[in-house]
Amino acid sequence: MQRIISIQVENKFGVLSRVAGLFSGRGFNIESLSVGMTTDPTMSQMTIVTDGDERIIEQIVKQLNKLIDVIKVVDLTENEFVEREMALIKVHARGDDRAEALRITDIFRARIIDSSPTTYTVEISGEVKKIEAMINLLRPLGIKEIVRTGRVAIAREEAKMLVQKEKKVAEG
Amino acid sequence: MKLTGSQILIESLKKEGVDTIFGLPGGVVLGIFDALYHEKDIKVILTRHEQGAMHMAEGYAKATGKPGVALVTSGPGATNTVTGLTNAYMDSCPLVVITGQVPSQMIGNDAFQEADIVGISRPCTKYNFLVKDVKDLAQIIKEAFYIATTGRPGPVLIDLPKDVTFAKTDYKYPDKVSIRSYNPTVQGNKWQIKQAALAIGKAKKPVLYVGGGVVLSNAHKEISDLAEMTQIPVTMTLMGLGAFSGTHPLSLGMLGMHGLACANWAVHDCDLLIAVGARFDDRVTGKVSEFAPNCEVIHIDIDPTSIRKNFKVDIPIVGDVRQVLKELNEVLRNSFIEKGDLIETRKPWFDQIEEWKREKPLQFHQDTQIIKPQFVIQKIYELTKGNAIVTTDVGQHQMWAAQYFKFNQSRTFLSSGGLGTMGYGFPAALGAQAAFPQQLVINISGDGSIQMNIQEMATAVIENLPVKIAILNNRYLGMVRQWQQLFYEQRYSSSYLDQSPDFVKLAEAYGAVGLRATKPEEVEGVILEALKVKKPVIMDFLVDPNENVYPMVPAGGANHAMVFEDPKPVSEDKPASMQSPDSILTA
Repeated sequence: MQRIISIQVENKFGVLSRVAGLFSGRGFNIESLSVGMTTDPTMSQMTIVTDGDERIIEQIVKQLNKLIDVIKVVDLTENEFVEREMALIKVHARGDDRAEALRITDIFRARIIDSSPTTYTVEISGEVKKIEAMINLLRPLGIKEIVRTGRVAIAREEAKMLVQKEKKVAEG
Repeated sequence: MKLTGSQILIESLKKEGVDTIFGLPGGVVLGIFDALYHEKDIKVILTRHEQGAMHMAEGYAKATGKPGVALVTSGPGATNTVTGLTNAYMDSCPLVVITGQVPSQMIGNDAFQEADIVGISRPCTKYNFLVKDVKDLAQIIKEAFYIATTGRPGPVLIDLPKDVTFAKTDYKYPDKVSIRSYNPTVQGNKWQIKQAALAIGKAKKPVLYVGGGVVLSNAHKEISDLAEMTQIPVTMTLMGLGAFSGTHPLSLGMLGMHGLACANWAVHDCDLLIAVGARFDDRVTGKVSEFAPNCEVIHIDIDPTSIRKNFKVDIPIVGDVRQVLKELNEVLRNSFIEKGDLIETRKPWFDQIEEWKREKPLQFHQDTQIIKPQFVIQKIYELTKGNAIVTTDVGQHQMWAAQYFKFNQSRTFLSSGGLGTMGYGFPAALGAQAAFPQQLVINISGDGSIQMNIQEMATAVIENLPVKIAILNNRYLGMVRQWQQLFYEQRYSSSYLDQSPDFVKLAEAYGAVGLRATKPEEVEGVILEALKVKKPVIMDFLVDPNENVYPMVPAGGANHAMVFEDPKPVSEDKPASMQSPDSILTA
């Protein structure tokens, strides 16, 4: 089963290598990995998408926790979360295809961020399914290049969810 | 007053109570060795190879319980530490290893004797540091010792560029250390401990399975309190030997691939398995699906990743073994468990174990013409009355030492368990001897293993470390030969060593003493002679090359299905061999 694991780590050199080395050294799978800054400059945030049975995921979480530079590990998949990925897609667009590319972009609420006489570059963000659906539609036009960020995810705020639920109940 | 990086290093090591460093100088660490030149409080043991320094530091650490320290140069000096680091990492041994590095501004330029040791050692250290600023040095050393010795111990490496060793700064050693991302769990969960106590009270056929964690946390008293109070038989892993007295009536001896029959059968039949500071290694479990199949499992370990890594656990307790056992013993003491009642309820279990002990005792066929390797170990045990620190290398001699020498004290058996490093035993013995100059230290080795770090004979002689080496010389890489005999139809591919150097002359060439026994009746004399000499001694025992280690669980096989003797030949042209259940798939 696919899992999204969110890791807070010390913002030091070599930390990414320690995390990646743990996965490769123990034969765990990484489907995607993204690293970014947090509000605290001494910390970085990693989001790793991986898969494995329960025993493997338990090991991954434990082994990550064991790394000295790892501050916190959360398996987001255990609770409610939202996830997004962004992709930049450079697609061939000539003649009639230009209009088609625009239509597809519009349907997916994506944006054209660069254009040349023969190509468009489209920016799309959303859940993986959405990105893949768009890629499938653009494919017949001829995709020149794709760059994807890998998934990032964040836990849903329980309190907010509760408030929303109550609101819904109140609103009938 | 401002100190140089080299001086800060030495002052900090002294603050950590370091009295001995094992190492070898080279270009970039000359500043550090220069600062050590007039140092009175730290003894430097100059080794002949960095791997030797690493195993010595480990031998020192395992024998004393204090962290071992090695100091080597950059490049090849640093890469030569990798086997030692991995060995210490797998056996959870606290080490602080200082490697020199090329000057900061040259890092990454493929400078002379440059190696990215921080990158290389990342997967084989608990943690490692590259010091970029001399101002961070004292803090890093403090953290290195803290990380190496707390939680599940392990090796920590500090890579020290040459310019940092000369740069000056104000020195103040930090009093305490706290790392926000590193807080090992020490106290066990109280509710879980209670559950464990209840399970122990209920069990009719319990077994304690004791690993190296008990040695590391100095819990030998607590483990024997538990075993005696609750009348539970104790089996030990290779790393656990000595944690519980091998001559105690409750001791079953070692379990696993070359474990004793009673130990393996007891674990197979038990209704409660209490694993303490052990990690269900494949050499212990054999075929996991048939290991201890019908029991409840309590697992006490400081490392959460050890729990449920390869075996199911019903009552996991994460914490320092000693702390947890203390609490568990307290709970048990206050419960209504009466020792007398326990002896009564567990009588059928102990009767069964006694029957197993009688049925399949540890045994070998004594011979009048040729020396049996087991006989040598028995004799060493007898003549030293077990009062020795014993180290081993890896292979047949290691297993015979584990089987036939009864270890009564913690930290008296030093062996390479996880990594299985041939060449470990002799330098480890030197490290232990450096820590305890008055103790008798014996390295039991083989003619294959001893040659892997034989250069340290020079260290032994010059540093006056009177280690006694017993070579069980069978002219083979014995364990390899045993597997080839049993599983590869006697095709002895690259396992026959043919002629080793004359070990007696070799010892003499180094300035040590060499002795040889070729017949059983000479064994005792040679050992007694060696024990008298106040110098390093090599005892060369020419032993039966065809002797195999039994009992044996073929790799991948189930522990209850042990083999006790060589298979009989089927016919003259078809040599005897065994089917290893998964010999190709399992190591």
